[in-house]
Amino acid sequence: MPDERIPFATHADHTVLGADEIVLNMGPQHPSTHGVLRVKLRLDGEKVIGSECVIGYLHRGVEKIAEHRTYTQFAPYVDRMDYVAAVSNGLGYCEAVEKLLGAEAPPRARVIRTILTELQRIASHLFWLGTHALDIGALTPLFYCLREREEILKIFEKFCGARLTTHAFRIGGLQYEAYDELESDVERFCKPFDKRVDEYESLLTENRIWVGRTKGIGILTAKEAIDYGASGPVLRASGVKWDIRKAMPYAAYDQYQFDIPVGKNGDTYDRYIVRMEEMRQSRLICLQAIENIPTGPIMGKVGKVLKPPPGEVYHAIEAPKGELGYYIVSDGTTQPYRIKIRPPSFINLEAFDKMIRGHLVADVVAIIGTLDIVLGEVDR
Amino acid sequence: MANDPEEKQPSANLPPEPSAPKTPAAGGEPASKPAETPAAPAAAKPAAPPVPAAAKPAAPPRPPAPPAPPKEGPVALDNDLVKRYKEKFGSAILESWIDRKQTILVVARELLAEIALYSRDDEKFDWLSDLTAVDWPKREKRFDIVLLMYSFEKNERLRLKVHASAEERVPSVQGIWSTANWMEREAFDMFGVVFEGHPDLKRILLPDEWQGYPLRKDYDILTQDTAWIRENLGIESGQ
Amino acid sequence: MLMNVLHFVISIWVPLVCAVIIVAVLPLVTGYMVLMERKVMADMQARLGPMRVGPHGLLQPIADAVKLLIKEDIIPDEADKAIFWFAPLISVTAAMLAVSPLAIGPWFQIAELNVGLLFVVGISALGIFGIVLGGWSSNSHYSLLGALRSAAQLVSYETAAGMAIVGGLLLAGTLSTREIIQAQDDYGTWFAFAAPVGFFIYIVASIAETNRAPFDLPEAESELVAGYMTEYSGFRWALYFLAEYVNMVVVASIATTLFLGGWLRPFAGTPAFNFLDYLPSLLMLGVGAYCFYRAPKQPVKVQSLFMVAVGLMMFVVAIILFAPLIPAVANMLPGLKPGLHGAFWFLFKVGAYVYLFMWLRFTFPRYRFDQLMRLGWQFLIPLSIVNVMGIGVALVLHRHWGWSHFTAFGLTTLITLAVAGWLGWAGEKHDAEHAFVGET
Repeated sequence: MPDERIPFATHADHTVLGADEIVLNMGPQHPSTHGVLRVKLRLDGEKVIGSECVIGYLHRGVEKIAEHRTYTQFAPYVDRMDYVAAVSNGLGYCEAVEKLLGAEAPPRARVIRTILTELQRIASHLFWLGTHALDIGALTPLFYCLREREEILKIFEKFCGARLTTHAFRIGGLQYEAYDELESDVERFCKPFDKRVDEYESLLTENRIWVGRTKGIGILTAKEAIDYGASGPVLRASGVKWDIRKAMPYAAYDQYQFDIPVGKNGDTYDRYIVRMEEMRQSRLICLQAIENIPTGPIMGKVGKVLKPPPGEVYHAIEAPKGELGYYIVSDGTTQPYRIKIRPPSFINLEAFDKMIRGHLVADVVAIIGTLDIVLGEVDR
Repeated sequence: MANDPEEKQPSANLPPEPSAPKTPAAGGEPASKPAETPAAPAAAKPAAPPVPAAAKPAAPPRPPAPPAPPKEGPVALDNDLVKRYKEKFGSAILESWIDRKQTILVVARELLAEIALYSRDDEKFDWLSDLTAVDWPKREKRFDIVLLMYSFEKNERLRLKVHASAEERVPSVQGIWSTANWMEREAFDMFGVVFEGHPDLKRILLPDEWQGYPLRKDYDILTQDTAWIRENLGIESGQ
Repeated sequence: MLMNVLHFVISIWVPLVCAVIIVAVLPLVTGYMVLMERKVMADMQARLGPMRVGPHGLLQPIADAVKLLIKEDIIPDEADKAIFWFAPLISVTAAMLAVSPLAIGPWFQIAELNVGLLFVVGISALGIFGIVLGGWSSNSHYSLLGALRSAAQLVSYETAAGMAIVGGLLLAGTLSTREIIQAQDDYGTWFAFAAPVGFFIYIVASIAETNRAPFDLPEAESELVAGYMTEYSGFRWALYFLAEYVNMVVVASIATTLFLGGWLRPFAGTPAFNFLDYLPSLLMLGVGAYCFYRAPKQPVKVQSLFMVAVGLMMFVVAIILFAPLIPAVANMLPGLKPGLHGAFWFLFKVGAYVYLFMWLRFTFPRYRFDQLMRLGWQFLIPLSIVNVMGIGVALVLHRHWGWSHFTAFGLTTLITLAVAGWLGWAGEKHDAEHAFVGET
């Protein structure tokens, strides 16, 4: 193992006052790198003059595992990538395989999938909000967020028995029929939820310290965001109005009305505003969807043994963190020949170095938080 | 459990076609060119002429319909988009087909960077959504390097493919999309594909001292295991 | 002769006993402040907080203390061991020394110093040595950055706090803690009302000085893990923690002494508000009654008994606090009422001030370092200087020109507020013009 010792400080001439340059090693055990991210920061005093992300501490070789499992067997593994948005991962995978098979889930299954995925988006954003606020020093929103997230997890638990890594969907539809009170549960959660979002906003949105900590921090212009392949709220906060739910609708999104919130400046504050608004929009989608859940079968015709014809497919969905894509190559057997997952966190994290340069140590955690990464997904 | 490329490997040297019985897509490029690699240097320069016509025909930007012609399985494709590419790069566009309504272009390795640049600037596929590799060990050029691109303007996806053998270097597109930086590092990490011109090509997910390239089909965990055991425990095998 | 001996013995022994009591009791107080903080936090965050150790977590501080004491004491290999060992002691000693001249009611005071407040400010500022040395000797980047931040922060905000205190001292005309409180009694109003701006500056500066959120940058857990304490564990860590909370008590006591009338009851001079004398015993009675109400609901019998015991204790305290209000007792021991009730009111105010700290901590996000410095140097320090001048002018107007208190202080406060508004506006404008945009 190459044991390069990081020097305590190195001499540098390009710093202010010609001070020594400090290398600060943040993580992989650090309270606010959101898991096992390790960031090597080069500091001039407290100013960051360079950074390098070291990732892979949570690498489990998901893509290799996939090559030794059947299509059905692999489905639960994807839940373990972005473990705070497992339902979205599952949706992406199931739809990708369905596309590969040329099958389609029946309307009822698609609507229920939409509902659960949107709930998952809310849950994921809530978790992001709580931890992001915690990173910036606001302790309290976390607990309010977790309180609401708990309600969503209870719905998941009632639906499929699991709360976190749910494996809620099956290739071709749903394995289980929705439970009887699904509509009323979702309604009971969604009806007062906008008031709750107002509550979080009252703690943060106009708080001078919060604004001071987030405005102008980690700016990513639209051009840079596209160049860095950013997606999801990170891209939209930079002013690119693009959401796969609208652009290439999947599940049942084409049936519902919702807005795509966009930001202007592409800074941390805009990303915060965009995600807050997304929660409200997700709530609207859920409310529309429970109005009219079609009846009918929940499982499409996919057969017992999944043997997609040879070929390849790329299918992407709008996961809470951005474009979650599955590139699946089939060789005609029951096992995928190759699955490449496009993890939004991984690619959004790439812009970190660009965003942090010139900022202070305190902004590192603000930017890590605003990128909304989950290391399970970054490392896969 | 060792590697089992034997069972899984389709016997052909082009990924999907041979086993797709339905179309004559496979070998013969129905369109224009016999595939020959010598890069088309003539086509490399003049970016301007074919462009203006380019943006229109593919698909209207907003409506959420997926790309153009609906057909099942890999089918050879020769639409306007492909024609424009062929006009521009000639024989460097080796194949083109459509699979599950998704357009795929196989291009010459040497011209990958130029074609990628053209795709970004002229065809407006300005967003690189993913870059990865697929290993076909039976083939002479075992790796497919796959670029998945997206155009905000046309709301369309396009896939560029390049074949490369294990020794061949693939031009890096890091200068075209900054995001390719980590993606190429990952492809290098997992497959050992070397990208020419990448500023910092090193392992990303695996530790720096890792031996081998795990997503290659012939990669064997036992080899890795045994190597570690020999080095650290001083015994022949852990089995 | 006998009286002289007795006087001598008392003058030596009472402070000594008080000192021992304070050193012995402060850790316990700290522990219960932590419990209070956790309970307040839990209350604000829709949780229960510690509930397991003792009824309603009442024994949690003891358990924590025991855990910290028996924890392994780790000293990093490359730390400067002597300094690493010594640094927390500096902090905790300084913090505890600063308690000595504080008058917790007319009865309870270790040392009556004629430079009391100056002593407190000076000694408590020494605690920074412990932090800087501890941060430096740990040989860790986080500790170093935390220590540097702490030093810079303390220097900046000590200035503002000092100037705010000067404002109060001008009003009181003395440094002795007792006489300051006496002066407020004579004025008929707390200095917080005579110099509200000064009080506000002191609140902000004292939060920053004690490294509490939203100014807790030296130990910002999301950035620097634990700042200067990162490498400390077990008992040594507990010492830092103790120092921090004792410092909180100290700044709260200064604020109480200087701005909130010390041991004086609210509206001390107004007979119409004499019913407030009953408040202490009623409060204790209420707490005791609540303990009895909760006692049967405890899951374990021991906890119920414990709860009853706490309730009984509260009743006893209530009776003690009520005793001076009985005319017969009051006639017999005339000093009893100011002594006991003074201590109650003093501690009550300190508690309220500490509660304010906690409230702010759980409500606000954390400042960034440059913002903190800007707030200190560009807003608080100029404002505190203007505040001192304003108070000086008001005193001249009052004493030499015969203006009434109300008009003189009202006028200068308005002027100071106007300056504050201008400073805020100018700062905002400056920020907008020099908006920090990352490197390109």
